[in-house]
Amino acid sequence: MALYSEIVMDHFKNPRNQGKIEDADGVGKVGNVQCGDLMWFYIKVRDGVIEDIKWETYGCAAAIAVSSIVSEMVKGKEVEEAVELTNQEILEGLGNLPTPKIHCSLLGVDALHEAIYDYLSKNKMEIPEKLEKNHERQKKILDKIGDKD
Amino acid sequence: MVNDKIYMDYAATTPVDPRVMEAMQPYFTERFGNSATLYSVGQEADKVLEDCRRKVAKLLGAKPSEILFTSGGTESDNLALKGVAFARGKGHIVTSKIEHHAVLHPAEWLEKRGFSVTYLPVDRYGTVSPESVEKAVREDTILVSVMHGNNEIGTLEPIEEIGKICRKKGVPFHTDAVQTVGKVPVNLKHVDLLSSSGHKLYGPKGVGIIFIREGTKIDPLLHGGGHEHGMRSGTENIAGIVGYTKALELAMKEMKTDTRKLLGYRKKLVDGLSRIPDCWLNGHPDKRLPGNVHFCFKFIEGESLILLLDQKGIEASTGSACSSKSLEPSHVLTAIGLKPEEAHGSLRLTMGRFTKEGDVDRVLEVLPGVVDRLRQISPLKK
Repeated sequence: MALYSEIVMDHFKNPRNQGKIEDADGVGKVGNVQCGDLMWFYIKVRDGVIEDIKWETYGCAAAIAVSSIVSEMVKGKEVEEAVELTNQEILEGLGNLPTPKIHCSLLGVDALHEAIYDYLSKNKMEIPEKLEKNHERQKKILDKIGDKD
Repeated sequence: MVNDKIYMDYAATTPVDPRVMEAMQPYFTERFGNSATLYSVGQEADKVLEDCRRKVAKLLGAKPSEILFTSGGTESDNLALKGVAFARGKGHIVTSKIEHHAVLHPAEWLEKRGFSVTYLPVDRYGTVSPESVEKAVREDTILVSVMHGNNEIGTLEPIEEIGKICRKKGVPFHTDAVQTVGKVPVNLKHVDLLSSSGHKLYGPKGVGIIFIREGTKIDPLLHGGGHEHGMRSGTENIAGIVGYTKALELAMKEMKTDTRKLLGYRKKLVDGLSRIPDCWLNGHPDKRLPGNVHFCFKFIEGESLILLLDQKGIEASTGSACSSKSLEPSHVLTAIGLKPEEAHGSLRLTMGRFTKEGDVDRVLEVLPGVVDRLRQISPLKK
């Protein structure tokens, strides 16, 4: 069985910023239950800075740890800066993930991007191309699995 | 158990019983002989080997010549399927969708080599209906293989009825009894081939048996020095064989007391866990392995559940996709009609000889909180 790094286990056991923001400025929902992972991110933005971020995740320890570390990595950062977060940085932050679990780190980036996309589009702000592309891709995944959320 | 962990995975493997360990010990050192040699230490090994064969045969209700020692359940299952297939050259095999991979993968491999295979469906409890076996058997069917007890959901299959049908149709019947030998009574009357493994019954790993009814057409997988009546070459694992035999003796002798205890624990666990909202028991409610409890919990994922339980000192397993290398949910859970998202939230607790009532109480104390904690962070929660 694949073993997790101590950092992964720490985030899994003591998740940071876990929860929900009722009046979030942006919400990002990715993943699907059939595959066994869902990540929902909530962000609160003030003066272009991610003032607060919370998340709800259904999935394995890797998915939970990714959600936790992403929230830590972007909290207090400018939105423009947060958009640049890569899954490589997440993997480095977590001390790596077993190969079958790498997709969880991609899911973390997607969820964050979706939350930022939501915030930007609600505020009629310019949306970077990669966020647009990600949004299109996520929509396709939802259409394909017939998710009702 | 030597550590303070609560081991709830006896279906995966069992610790060696100290009495088995003691019986095996001399065969690593002073009684190390090769049974194929003529001097004393070798002859002694040969005598022990045949004594073991006689004991195992008697305990299972077979002839000594019908018992072969193997390296375990996987080899025995492979030998049953491929051995019969090779001896016949072509034909059709009937098996079920919930078999262990040690049966399913040889069947799939044989399919690629020109054999045809029918994988019978099961009902929601995981039971293979004898009628479906009867319908599936064709003129060219060379083997039926249906397991005795399912390793995941614990359901016991009606192997007597299935065996009778096979006998009537003149088709050899194999059963993978790895989870049942020494745990529940096994009747060989209508069985032609049976697999059993040592490490599931408090014996060592790396040893098992196959029962092959006299007159069954079968080819060996391993060719060499002609050991085991030419059916399984390779110097016999005498220490392992002594261990298997001792383990089987003890299991048969203590089956009633072990079963009575386990049935009590099983009821307590099932009743207690059923109080957790949004969960259900998988497998047959009564026709199941005495030590097996298998639940699904909605809104959470099994790997997280297992890792949090481990943090609390409880060792168990899951059929969740995320816990497997393939990222596919368990084929057994899919076969009983669970949706992938339901199968992801599965938990198998299997108890055995060294399980204590306090262990069961501890699981009941810890599990609701762990499930609740994961539900709290899940977006699926109500």
